[in-house]
Formats: sequence, C-alpha cells, structure tokens
Amino acid sequence: MTRVDIYRGWCKKCGICIAFCPKETLVADKDSVPTITDLESCTGCRLCEMRCPDFAIVVTKDEKQKTKSGSAAG
Amino acid sequence: MKESSHFVHKYLRSSKRFPHIWCAGCGIGIFMQALIRVIDKIGYSKDEVVLVSGIGCSSRLPVYVDFNTLHATHGRALTFATGVKLANPRLKVITIMGDGDAASIGGNHLIHAARRNVEIVSFVINNQVYGMTGGQSSPTTPYGLKTTSAPYGNLEAPFDISRLVEAAGAVFVGRTTVYHTPQLERLIEKSLKKDGFSMVEVLAQCVTYSGRWMGLASPVEMMAWQRDNAITVEKAAEMNETELAGKVVIGVLVDRERPIYDKEYGKLAREKLKV
Ligand SMILES: Cc1ncc(C[n+]2csc(CCOP(=O)(O)OP(=O)(O)O)c2C)c(N)n1
Ligand code: SF4
Ligand code: SF4
Ligand code: SF4
Ligand SMILES: [Mg+2]
Repeated sequence: MTRVDIYRGWCKKCGICIAFCPKETLVADKDSVPTITDLESCTGCRLCEMRCPDFAIVVTKDEKQKTKSGSAAG
Repeated sequence: MKESSHFVHKYLRSSKRFPHIWCAGCGIGIFMQALIRVIDKIGYSKDEVVLVSGIGCSSRLPVYVDFNTLHATHGRALTFATGVKLANPRLKVITIMGDGDAASIGGNHLIHAARRNVEIVSFVINNQVYGMTGGQSSPTTPYGLKTTSAPYGNLEAPFDISRLVEAAGAVFVGRTTVYHTPQLERLIEKSLKKDGFSMVEVLAQCVTYSGRWMGLASPVEMMAWQRDNAITVEKAAEMNETELAGKVVIGVLVDRERPIYDKEYGKLAREKLKV
C-alpha cells in the first residue's frame, strides 16, 4: 500500500494538503495537523507532497500499485 | 517502520533552521519544492547550479539550498546573474525574484536582460505585494486594492510582467500558479532546458498581506482562487478582453529563438581576442 508520512515537527498547519487531496484521505487531527484515517482511499497522486510549502509530507508509492496504473491496492 | 525521507533534504543546508521562515501556507515553499524536484530530475550537479536572488521573502529561497548561491541586493539579481553567466557560461544560472524586486526597483534590469537574451532562467514569484516589508503596493497589485501604502485603494494599474518580458524579447515565457503544481514543474523544466533568457511568472499566495487585502482569509482560500481564476492559454485565445478581466492566463506564453548574448560574446572573444 502507498505510504504517506507526515513530519509533525515541520508542519505549520496551513491546511493546504487536507483541502486539496482529491480523495479526502487527509483529515485534520485535534492539533490541525493532517492525519490519515483511510489509507486505502489514497491513490498516491502526490499532490499533497508537492503542495506542502514546508516539505512535511512524503508519499511513497507501493511498487505493486504502480503497475496497476494508479488504482487503489486492495 | 522507518519514515521515508523527503527528497529535498539532499539539497537543504543543514546549517539553516527548519521549518523555514515563511509564514504558514506561503506559496514560496511550494515553488521551492517544485524547483528542487525538477533540478533533481534533470540531474544537474550542485556545483553547476547558481541561484541568484535580490531581497524580499521570495529572495530568501537561495539561502536554504546547497547550490552556489548569491543573495544579492534588492532588484539586482539579474545584474549579478549576468556577470556570473558571462564569467562562466558553463554554469546553469537561475534568478529568483519577487514582483517588487523584478518589476519595480529591478524593472530596468528585467527588460534589458530579456532584450539582450542572456542565458538566465528567471523565476518571478508574484504575490502582488511587497511581502517582506509589510504589504505595500507593488507594480502587480490590482487596481483599487487597499494595501499598507494605499489605504484608500491602489490608484495604479498593474504591470503584466509576462507581457512586459515578452515585449522586451525573452525567448521563453510561462506563467502559472502554485496551485497548478504539476504544470509549474513542467514550466520550470522547459525554462531550464531553454537556450537564452527565459522567465516563468509564478503566482503565489502571500497569506499574511495580499490575502488579507483581497479578503481571502487562508492559504486554502487563496489557492482555491488560483484554481478558479486560471485560464489556459488555449482557452484564453477564444475569449475577449472583458471575459479575461481579473483572470490569470496560464501556460507557455512565448517559445521562440533569438541570438543569445553570452554565446555571441563568447564567439567574438574567441575570434577577435583569441581567448
Ligand atoms: C535598495 C532597497 N530598497 C528598498 C528595500 C526594502 N525592501 C526590502 S524587500 C522589498 C520589497 C519586497 O517585495 P517583493 O520583491 O515583491 O518580494 P516579496 O517579499 O513579496 O517576496 C523592499 C522594498 C531594500 N531592501 N533595498
Ligand atoms: S500542507 Fe504541509 S504544512 Fe500545511 S498542513 Fe499539510 S503538512 Fe502541514
Ligand atoms: S497522495 Fe493524493 S490521494 Fe494520497 S493523500 Fe496525498 S493528495 Fe490525497
Ligand atoms: S509575508 Fe507573505 S510572502 Fe512573506 S513569508 Fe509571509 S506569506 Fe510569504
Ligand atoms: Mg512580492
């Protein structure tokens, strides 16, 4: 499965990643830092990583998933 | 499981403090990541890249990265960059400027660098305001907007930086926003690979000032504005001026060839001066 790592120490809680995730995979936790409730919904599109102004998100795509042309791994 | 590390770490200066100085949600960080990702993808070595900037929030970018960097004086990024390029044409010389930096104090340097067609890749981070000094009007501030220096509304018409640079002779001009991150990366890549003077205008949110002046309360609202008001070059070609008012045309605006100053200069030096 795709992994989404969030570095709490660098996150400034701007909300950009949460607002523009196409799958609503990211939600704000009680401190307004993004967290993931349902990783299955993540397509690995990387938009959250690319749009984070603080380099606080890394999306690591699963190799197997890549060969399935982006469809969610079951 | 071990956290995977962000690719930008390879390029960040370990002596600098992170998170960086920019406000939460500021668009400059998004541009910075895109630039580093493209440099990493193309595979330039750290030693062949030179980042030159002026003064301003945008111009702080080179401070954070481990390339050859020159944090010059306000408005003069292109003059320093021209000198670097002529002294060592093998270097990939890149300038990072704010809208104030590039179009007010540095406006003359901008048009003449484009006119000469020196091979410099320039990025103008247009947040429509003087961010660093506290939200004063810049040459790209929309007409009528209230700012720190125009409490009753800005009386000046804004410059279209891309059109200005096009008229001055740039061989590659692109424009996009930080919301359109995949397109931003494509334009950065095209400009880095282009021979001659190229410029990409990057509309980016200044959350603390221009956002407040525009009545957009958060970085999310500002990026939603970018998403909703951007028109592709292709679509814009079918629209009239009234329809395009207040919109941002994004994409490749110019891609052409002209003699390149530093190449001509090198040829001349070899022929006439035998150097
Ligand atoms: C010669 C000179 N004049 C004025 C200033 C003050 N000053 C610093 S940054 C700046 C404008 C910054 O605006 P911009 O270039 O748009 O960058 P931003 O902070 O918005 O990224 C000004 C006027 C200066 N540092 N040097
Ligand atoms: S985009 Fe980055 S800084 Fe902003 S909330 Fe998400 S992780 Fe935090
Ligand atoms: S990779 Fe795409 S789908 Fe997955 S969390 Fe990030 S933005 Fe959402
Ligand atoms: S003042 Fe504006 S441009 Fe400067 S760091 Fe803050 S949000 Fe960014
Ligand atoms: Mg500015």
